[in-house]
Amino acid sequence: MGLRIVIALAVFMGVRGSPASTIRPETLTADMSAHPNRVPEIAGKAQQTIVKVEVVGAEEDVMATGELNPNHYPAQRAAKVVQHYLTTRYGSPYRLFGVQKVHSGNAEDVADTGRKYQLEISVHEIISNVTQTCSAEVFFPRGETQSSPHVQASCEELLKTDTKAQEEALYQQYKTNQGLLSSQRLPDSYGHIEPDMKPFWHLGILASSFIMLNESTENTLYNMAQVANITQLATENEQLKFDCHTLLHDMVSQEIIHWKMLFTWSPGEGVKVLQKEQLPHCHHCEKPPNTN
Amino acid sequence: MLNSAGLSFVVLLSTVGAATTGRAEYDYYKYHPMTEITAWMNQMVKENPSVVTIADYGRSYENRTISLLKIGLKTGLKKKAVWMDCGIHAREWIAPAFCQYFVRQILQTYKTDMKMQRMLNNMDFYVTPVLNVDGYIYSWKNSTTRLWRKNRSPGAAGCSCYGTDLNRNFDANWGTVGVSDDCCSNIYCGTKASSEPETRAVTDFIRNLKDEFLCFLTIHSYGQLLLIPYGHPNIMAPNYNELMEVGLGAAEAIRRVHGKEYVVGTSPAVLYPNSGSSRDWARMQGIPFTYTFELRDNGTFGFELPQDQIQPTCEEAYSGALHIISYAHDMTFNAAAATATATFWTALLALGVTGVSLM
Repeated sequence: MGLRIVIALAVFMGVRGSPASTIRPETLTADMSAHPNRVPEIAGKAQQTIVKVEVVGAEEDVMATGELNPNHYPAQRAAKVVQHYLTTRYGSPYRLFGVQKVHSGNAEDVADTGRKYQLEISVHEIISNVTQTCSAEVFFPRGETQSSPHVQASCEELLKTDTKAQEEALYQQYKTNQGLLSSQRLPDSYGHIEPDMKPFWHLGILASSFIMLNESTENTLYNMAQVANITQLATENEQLKFDCHTLLHDMVSQEIIHWKMLFTWSPGEGVKVLQKEQLPHCHHCEKPPNTN
Repeated sequence: MLNSAGLSFVVLLSTVGAATTGRAEYDYYKYHPMTEITAWMNQMVKENPSVVTIADYGRSYENRTISLLKIGLKTGLKKKAVWMDCGIHAREWIAPAFCQYFVRQILQTYKTDMKMQRMLNNMDFYVTPVLNVDGYIYSWKNSTTRLWRKNRSPGAAGCSCYGTDLNRNFDANWGTVGVSDDCCSNIYCGTKASSEPETRAVTDFIRNLKDEFLCFLTIHSYGQLLLIPYGHPNIMAPNYNELMEVGLGAAEAIRRVHGKEYVVGTSPAVLYPNSGSSRDWARMQGIPFTYTFELRDNGTFGFELPQDQIQPTCEEAYSGALHIISYAHDMTFNAAAATATATFWTALLALGVTGVSLM
């Protein structure tokens, strides 16, 4: 009889399935090593420990110094600056760079003049699909007026990709065509770029990189969002000349910033920005006047 | 004449054929405007009547319905829940694409995958394909509106710009860091916490069911990140270690699909400090596993991710999301099953001991 009870129990337990469960109670984590200033939240829905702070800007006042976590934003932002530098210095319509990964980083204040970052990064040349580890140094000056960062980088292998023939062919094509070429919205809303328009997109990236490099600080992270318009202009000299309107995305403020540029390009000279102008914010997001 | 008659007959046949087999397959690897997404949602209910229902749970500023799909198998037992929302920021088109893919995936796999079936037995999935409906529709309007982010409320009197950043508008340390009080800013947090109807739609819905939710996943782009609470640099979630561990597991699952690296961490560490995010609000409600997904890419195309990347992005994100959801599920249900098993053996032992005397 005892056995029958046992079997009945077994069947009963098996069939019942998963009973309603309780969520484990909240536990205060003991690991404070992540951030010495961190205050653990008090468990429970009703009470929360909220540290009241003044409305601050995007950054903490005390930036990380010494060895940096390569995945955290200070090293990542500095690495992006290196990307823009490499593009302006070594880029071409057939050589463009992206930061693949930050391996290590170090930051130190330089007297009162600014802050220096040293980075080991993997840089990816997008068109030939070659990746290389590079060392780089980024100096963000601190001062009364906004000043561009200074960058040094060693990335020899990546620069050995031979793009001369393609650049020459592109140059000849644009130099000798009857009409002056022009294109809009690269990429378009669906991320699409017509194959013949790709060089325009690349030229837009090259020219924008000068601006992105110039405008970068420790509180920005720039990517080019779109070439709104790029038009070839007539020239009397050997350079190809372009008028271009690009949209830059700053990740930190989440703003889209419009820039107009006049620039030249040739295989020998690379990109030279002749004029640049930031366009005013947000034409189309204004409310019509006199709306109640 | 026979030829043309024959041709017409063939055309007639194929039309009939199409009508009987139904509309063309929905293309999950293209971006869809809101009208098509709404039609798709209705179609999902129609095709899976006992598993999928629609809940209209709010109205946008411009008075459009905000809807979710509730997906789960009817068991009559009390269930836990998973929340997923996409498109809180209008320009992040890959996010709504992922929500649609996610729904299709779970509906396709549960019939043959025992694990998924078990999850749908124990949990309901609440998926909002497009949360910021007005913003999303606005971003489809023309080429100049494609990069819109916020909702479309006009903001306070005297403001010359539209829109509040919904992901700064939640009542979670609202207005403290990573926001702007300039109503023209893309991180404008609104006139007060929960000032926006879209925000209130989410909070009202979840508050009613908050003890049921195990996971709250909010899908964004771009940046290839998995962000854990909190957005404030001085506040740490009580389960920070576990959130990191599970997040790193999800990132590894993502990497195994197509090799893409997703970085895991809190917003202030990995990206920037912020306040008033939906994820932080959800965590403060006590929902244990809350993550912000920032999908592809890393800046090459940014918000205009090419359509040929929709499939790989969705595949990897699905793997990551599933890792988190499975963990939360197993913690809750396997633990209970283990408890039940332990209880059973204890009872058995007790019976065995007393049974001797009974016999």
